[in-house]
Amino acid sequence: MNTENNIKTLIVKKPLKLDCGKTINEFPIAYETYGSLNKNKDNAILVFHALTGDQFVTGQNPITKKDGWWSYAVGPDKAIDTKKYFVICANVMGGCMGSFGPSHEDPSTGTAFGTNFPVITINDMVNAQYNLLDHFGIDKLFSIAGGSMGGMQVLQFISNFPDKAKTVIPIACTSSHSAQNIAFNELGRQAIAADSNWKGGDYSSEDTIPNKGLAVARMAAHITYLSKKGLQEKFGRKLQEREDLKFGFDADFQIESYLRYQGSVFVDRFDANSYLYITRAMDYFDLAKQYKGNLSDAFRATRAKFFIISFTSDWLYPTQENKDIVIALNSIGADVGFVEIESDKGHDSFLLDVPDFLSALKNFLDKSYTEN
Amino acid sequence: MKNEFQVIAELIEKDKKVLDVGCGDGILMQFLKNNKNTNIRGLEISKSKVQECIAKGLTVIEGNAEKDLKQFPDKSFEYVVLSQTLQAFLNPELVINELLRVGKKAIVTIPNFGYWRVRLHLLIKGTMPITKTLPDEWYNTPNIHMCSIKDFFYFAKSRNIKIFKSLAINNQNVSIINDSNLTIKNFFADLGIFLIEK
Repeated sequence: MNTENNIKTLIVKKPLKLDCGKTINEFPIAYETYGSLNKNKDNAILVFHALTGDQFVTGQNPITKKDGWWSYAVGPDKAIDTKKYFVICANVMGGCMGSFGPSHEDPSTGTAFGTNFPVITINDMVNAQYNLLDHFGIDKLFSIAGGSMGGMQVLQFISNFPDKAKTVIPIACTSSHSAQNIAFNELGRQAIAADSNWKGGDYSSEDTIPNKGLAVARMAAHITYLSKKGLQEKFGRKLQEREDLKFGFDADFQIESYLRYQGSVFVDRFDANSYLYITRAMDYFDLAKQYKGNLSDAFRATRAKFFIISFTSDWLYPTQENKDIVIALNSIGADVGFVEIESDKGHDSFLLDVPDFLSALKNFLDKSYTEN
Repeated sequence: MKNEFQVIAELIEKDKKVLDVGCGDGILMQFLKNNKNTNIRGLEISKSKVQECIAKGLTVIEGNAEKDLKQFPDKSFEYVVLSQTLQAFLNPELVINELLRVGKKAIVTIPNFGYWRVRLHLLIKGTMPITKTLPDEWYNTPNIHMCSIKDFFYFAKSRNIKIFKSLAINNQNVSIINDSNLTIKNFFADLGIFLIEK
């Protein structure tokens, strides 16, 4: 285990065959844990992060010095109570917080992989993370949970390892990335590729990185995480530190300034090539296709208890796409609960302080745990 | 737990798989789970009620009986329960058909519009009846398809739906309804409970 830079790393010795056909060996999975594993090793929850998340779920992120991405939901006495549960989260493969990704050195060239990194999938991500169970000696997780791309990993994990989790919580996600979602991801990738600093992905040898392209990608994506109503209420047509319009192209409106800020802080913590690889993995995700078009078959082998959560104002992963998973589970008589949470905070609702969501999550986990 | 739920619970044997349609805050579900070892699922339209069920550790799907029953396969439950909501649907006949498709048997309860207090209210006051089981005004009631115990009997007959058991509830009294006492029960019961199959 390597604890350099506060990053814990598991070097996976077992070769992993990727969906693209390549096999990787001795690759690192960076992870973090919260709470403690009990004697029976039956209180572990594997949390999966979304596109731009990392293993630092809660508390202060030691690298960015900001709050962890799921600080509202995970921590002592919170929905995922770290006094009770042992929470594990790994940086996804392809990411840039220590797990095997495009910024890692390619031993054959001595420089970063860049776009020579293999294209990875959600399936590859969960297969890589599965090694953490062996590492901790956990036979069966109490739960797996995640929102957005984290939810896709949850679905893939239980379909790959049907006996390895008692409860399964996919949040604000889909079983198959829609054309609209692929379109938004493509917009982000093209923004990065259009930045002359990107250099076909080979920017690590230069001093410059494709900051502008990555910032634009983040700005576009950020809009999709919010709702029209939420944006209107927060920003409306409010002007940014000025009395009147300036008749120019500076950020006159607060929403412009806000997006520019979101873009600028993002480039400090995220790698442009990782953004390409992870969005690609999301676009390739189609769980039904893996089972010849029958989504129910993905879950036929599991006895796990599912709880699916969507949000009213999420137009990126709308309720209907979440309900399609519920329908696939009901059609095989699986144990599945579902609730759509009222919120005007858009897709980001799962990351924010949405009390109905947090109480539903807590109640489901705690009740399922006592019935254990 | 209310008397109606006691009666419903008595109709369900141990260790069965049951769907409670319009399960509300999950009181009946919880009773069946704890006392009959029922493998119980719920369908509920109200978000706050779904939350209450989750807080009780019950498996509930937020949804609408008129739209969301179709996702369940044929005969996937031994019993499907519908308590006092049939009259609130736009198309009660369709819902009954769906209950009988999804469940091997269905237990349906209805507030009886033939109850003497209901009749008396309309007769004397000349306004839409308001009783314990029908507490709303005409302009805000969810109940758009009221029927009497007799109506339900005739409906079941006309659709070849088998009535295994029908019970009348009046306060704490529970009695069996049959062809010979139908008119009397339809007068004195404020609630009818039917165990049906197709």
